[in-house]
Amino acid sequence: MLVSIDWLKDYVNTQNETAGELAEKVTRAGIEVDAVIDRSEDLKKLVVGYVEECGKHPEADKLSLCQVNVGDETLQIICGAPNIAQGQKVVVALPGARLPGGMKIKKAKLRGEVSNGMICSLQELGIEGKVVPKAYADGIYVLPEDAPTGTDALDYLHLNDHVLELGLTPNRADAMSMLGVAYEVAAILSEDVKLPAINYETAAEKAESLLKLRVDAPDDNPLYVAKVVKNVKVAESPVWLQQRLMAAGVRPLNNVVDVTNFVLLEYGQPLHAFDYDDLKTGEIVVRRAKDGEKITTLDDQERKLEPHHLVITNGEEPVALAGVMGGANSEVSDKTSTVVIESAYFAPASVRQSSKDHGLRSDASSRFEKGIDPNRVEPAAERAAQLLAELAGGDVLEGSLIADSLDRSERTVTVSPDFINERLGMKIPFEEMIAILKRLKFETEAANNQLIIQVPTRRQDIRIEEDVVEEIARLYGYDEIPATLPVGESVPGGLTPYQEKRRLTRRFMESAGLLQAVTYALTSDKAARQFALQPTETTKLLMPMSEERSVLRQSLIPHLLEALTHNTARQNDSVALYEVGSVFLESAGELPDEQEHLAAAVTGLWVDHSWQGEKKAVDFYVLKGIIEGLADKLGLVLGFEKGELDGLHPGRTAFVLKDGERIGIIGQVHPAEQKARDLKETYVLELNLQALLAEEAAPLLYTPVPRFPSISRDIALVLDQATEAAAIEAVIRGAGGRLLKDVRVFDVYEGKNMEPGKKSVAFSLVYFDPEKTLTDEEVTEAHDRVLSALAAAGAEQRS
Amino acid sequence: MEAELKKLKEDVLGKIAEASDSKELNDVRVAYLGKKGPITDLLKGMGKLPAEERPKMGALVNEMRQEVTETLEARKEVLEAEAITKQLEAESIDVTLPGRPVNLGNAHPLTRIIEEIEDLFISMGYEIAEGPEVEKDYYNFEALNLPKGHPARDMQDSFYITEDILLRTHTSPVQARTMEQKEGEPIRIICPGKVYRRDNDDATHSHQFMQIEGLVVGEGIRMSDLKGTLTVFAKKMFGDEREIRLRPSFFPFTEPSVEMDISCFKCGGTGCNVCKGTGWIEILGAGMVHPNVLEMAGYDPKKMTGFAFGMGPERIAMLKYGVDDIRQFYTNDTRFLSQFQRTEV
Repeated sequence: MLVSIDWLKDYVNTQNETAGELAEKVTRAGIEVDAVIDRSEDLKKLVVGYVEECGKHPEADKLSLCQVNVGDETLQIICGAPNIAQGQKVVVALPGARLPGGMKIKKAKLRGEVSNGMICSLQELGIEGKVVPKAYADGIYVLPEDAPTGTDALDYLHLNDHVLELGLTPNRADAMSMLGVAYEVAAILSEDVKLPAINYETAAEKAESLLKLRVDAPDDNPLYVAKVVKNVKVAESPVWLQQRLMAAGVRPLNNVVDVTNFVLLEYGQPLHAFDYDDLKTGEIVVRRAKDGEKITTLDDQERKLEPHHLVITNGEEPVALAGVMGGANSEVSDKTSTVVIESAYFAPASVRQSSKDHGLRSDASSRFEKGIDPNRVEPAAERAAQLLAELAGGDVLEGSLIADSLDRSERTVTVSPDFINERLGMKIPFEEMIAILKRLKFETEAANNQLIIQVPTRRQDIRIEEDVVEEIARLYGYDEIPATLPVGESVPGGLTPYQEKRRLTRRFMESAGLLQAVTYALTSDKAARQFALQPTETTKLLMPMSEERSVLRQSLIPHLLEALTHNTARQNDSVALYEVGSVFLESAGELPDEQEHLAAAVTGLWVDHSWQGEKKAVDFYVLKGIIEGLADKLGLVLGFEKGELDGLHPGRTAFVLKDGERIGIIGQVHPAEQKARDLKETYVLELNLQALLAEEAAPLLYTPVPRFPSISRDIALVLDQATEAAAIEAVIRGAGGRLLKDVRVFDVYEGKNMEPGKKSVAFSLVYFDPEKTLTDEEVTEAHDRVLSALAAAGAEQRS
Repeated sequence: MEAELKKLKEDVLGKIAEASDSKELNDVRVAYLGKKGPITDLLKGMGKLPAEERPKMGALVNEMRQEVTETLEARKEVLEAEAITKQLEAESIDVTLPGRPVNLGNAHPLTRIIEEIEDLFISMGYEIAEGPEVEKDYYNFEALNLPKGHPARDMQDSFYITEDILLRTHTSPVQARTMEQKEGEPIRIICPGKVYRRDNDDATHSHQFMQIEGLVVGEGIRMSDLKGTLTVFAKKMFGDEREIRLRPSFFPFTEPSVEMDISCFKCGGTGCNVCKGTGWIEILGAGMVHPNVLEMAGYDPKKMTGFAFGMGPERIAMLKYGVDDIRQFYTNDTRFLSQFQRTEV
């Protein structure tokens, strides 16, 4: 809502406030002023001029050479506008004038002729092109003949004004009108509100003699008021009206339409004007649309109607989409002489539905949707009639046609001062509360320590006691509220075990060298199930904004890989990212099964310390080591089993097992996939974090530090290349007995000196007895058992 | 004999002085003091001397032997010290070469902000509550006093999955869920999480972003408690000198509703580009829980009251770190992410 302060002063005294001060007070009281626009900013030395002569520039076809009387002298000015003509009153920027955009007007020569200034268009005065009347959109602005030559054009155009741009929250629909804003400002400044005085003479002829009215859908349209004005002369509106509309961001059209827009802005009551003759039938019938019916609205769009759309008809066909936009068939034009003014209350839900279905939001629909003041419907119709009589020379027929079933009663809210103070934690005196309610012009009765408040219908947002608490508090001043802390039993706060372990997991990943990424949950249909451990039906948006963001992901890996590509494309070849986020799987319940996952993606060098000759690319075992380290931190033992998953290298992929369940995947991205994504060798992992962190860890108990030395023995074995180390380790552990404490692979070798298809794997075994120092015989006995078990398993010792 | 002895002593002391390392010195020792050395020979040859000369000569030889041994020891220490000095010189390194790098990761800046806020409220007795990102319309809107067709639903265009299920547009549904679970018990929670809105991604909008909300419900909770809590938050988060200011606002789930500004942490309130010249920065929205919301969750608004507040970690991070494009948080460029490595304490 754009509020011209010049206009606002018609209703409330703001004399003692600068625009900036007023804006600050309005903001602090609850309606945010987003901007204060100074309409005269950068405008200087502009006067009303009279074009005495206008001829062609001898050297340029498109330029006119004008002699312009600017009061005390006549100046030669060159003008390029096509609509310049002798006898016009115009806005002249004199030499030395300033215009928006830092333009300075100087005496100049154009193609050999002197120009002593500039004749201005509205755009050149800083008025937005979209609100400039169409007649002046491509040329200079022409003033009425009676504009006094030589006077200050800014005064004449009412441009010495400030406009407040209000950012309205949906509850303050009352402030979508100048009167509503006036009530708000009056409450803030403790001033009175001056309503427009409505009086005009009516013609003897009665409105009902020309027009009939019937409302067939009173639920959607509980009040319809129609007035008839004859003999209107459709013309341009006076300058003050045009300027007020432009200040409010509305383009002036003609006096009839401008009056309806003016009253809409003034009362917040949307009006519509029909050309009576174009209605043809002399009848207005408000009803639901018939299936298949159509209407062409004022924006020249043909719209298909459905039975739940409310329409205004002439008894035969629709002439307006109720509360949203009028029809082209009954539009007011230059030829119009009899006008029907519609002022109505349309139910918010009905207008919202129409507006939504047709993708059409108008100044009217946005007000009806939020609920207009039922007590302004009739005054607004009268106000419009008065202005049509004044500005368009119309004869207002006597009386109105009214179809009325609207409840206009005021709501009563009863609240005790104690309630207000308890909610606020304050001690506002009773008299102060009464005073604030008086400033708001809420009729209030104080009885039995209760405030009984009649809420004016313009404030549809005040319904319950808490609403009154807010009204009192905001006008008393939020600064006055003291700062306290909640009292009462306080329990220690904290994280749940899961949240604690999730933090631990993140810290671990970070100290392992990975950066935390956050990626989008929405992805394309194609990528949604890629890399998912257990892909299910996907969860899709009804109305996505793009295909790229239309489906919820089932794995974190695709977007992490995208992030990797983003980085490697920017000269960062080594990237290590991890993410904790949700994936969305099908479930039997109403909502998808949201699983929190941990994922990582790593490419490039893992160790890069080249001047000492240490350089190592990331491999499978880097990520595996990270998972193992994490498992140690969490007190878990995880298993790894070779596996395959689409998109991963079939020879370098493993499932991660917890208690035999597959809870994750780790592997190299398939070379083809790497190529498609423009990545070098890349490894990924993804774990179901909820499964990983499900159980509470066992209590930590100390094991005595060994008092006796341990003895280690190494074994080198020749194995088939396909034999997994874990299988051999299991054989060793199975045979080692109670003294075998640890088994570790310390060397793997294939190639030279090895038979093809074979590899050498060396294990280091540690024997230890917590009770005493081991003897050589005891170790040998145990070790021999291991060796024979290995032999039995076909693992030959390397000679 | 005495002259011979003297000559010998001069020889050996000369050799000792000439020895340039421990090995040469040892050779000298073996050559002169060894079993076959001249000094041993001298001692052996004593038997041939007249008996009256023996004690005198014996004393002389022993004295010389003593002197040679001591000189050897002294020389040995000198040579060893020289050797160590040489070794240290040889082992000297360029200490300005770079160290072996430790791979350092770090938390995402939004996580950093969220955890800081979480920890602050945990210290005030709050718990962390979480809820699903795909949510029922009921919890996201209806239970928060936003019935179907409510005009405020326009404020947040949503991604619907079905007519009744959508990507949550705020973390407030967690409040509704928590209240339902707690069945009338007092509540102090912080709810961080991801939320979604139908916005085109640009420098100031993101279809996915974070939110963090707080909710306190109990007997006799007042608006002054909200103000006090927010003051503590603002000072901890943005510095002790911060002042806060509340402005009336509107949210369907609170009444009264407020917006909180803090005095600008860059200029201190005099006006600068961060606060757009106003001296104040808008940080969060808050209010007293609407009685309809309490009632729908099974709380008696006559007995229990509460306050709630909600803020955007992206906005806080942008203000705090001077980030000017919200998309930075979701592009995961390591040149951006790795800037949030160090502590600010």
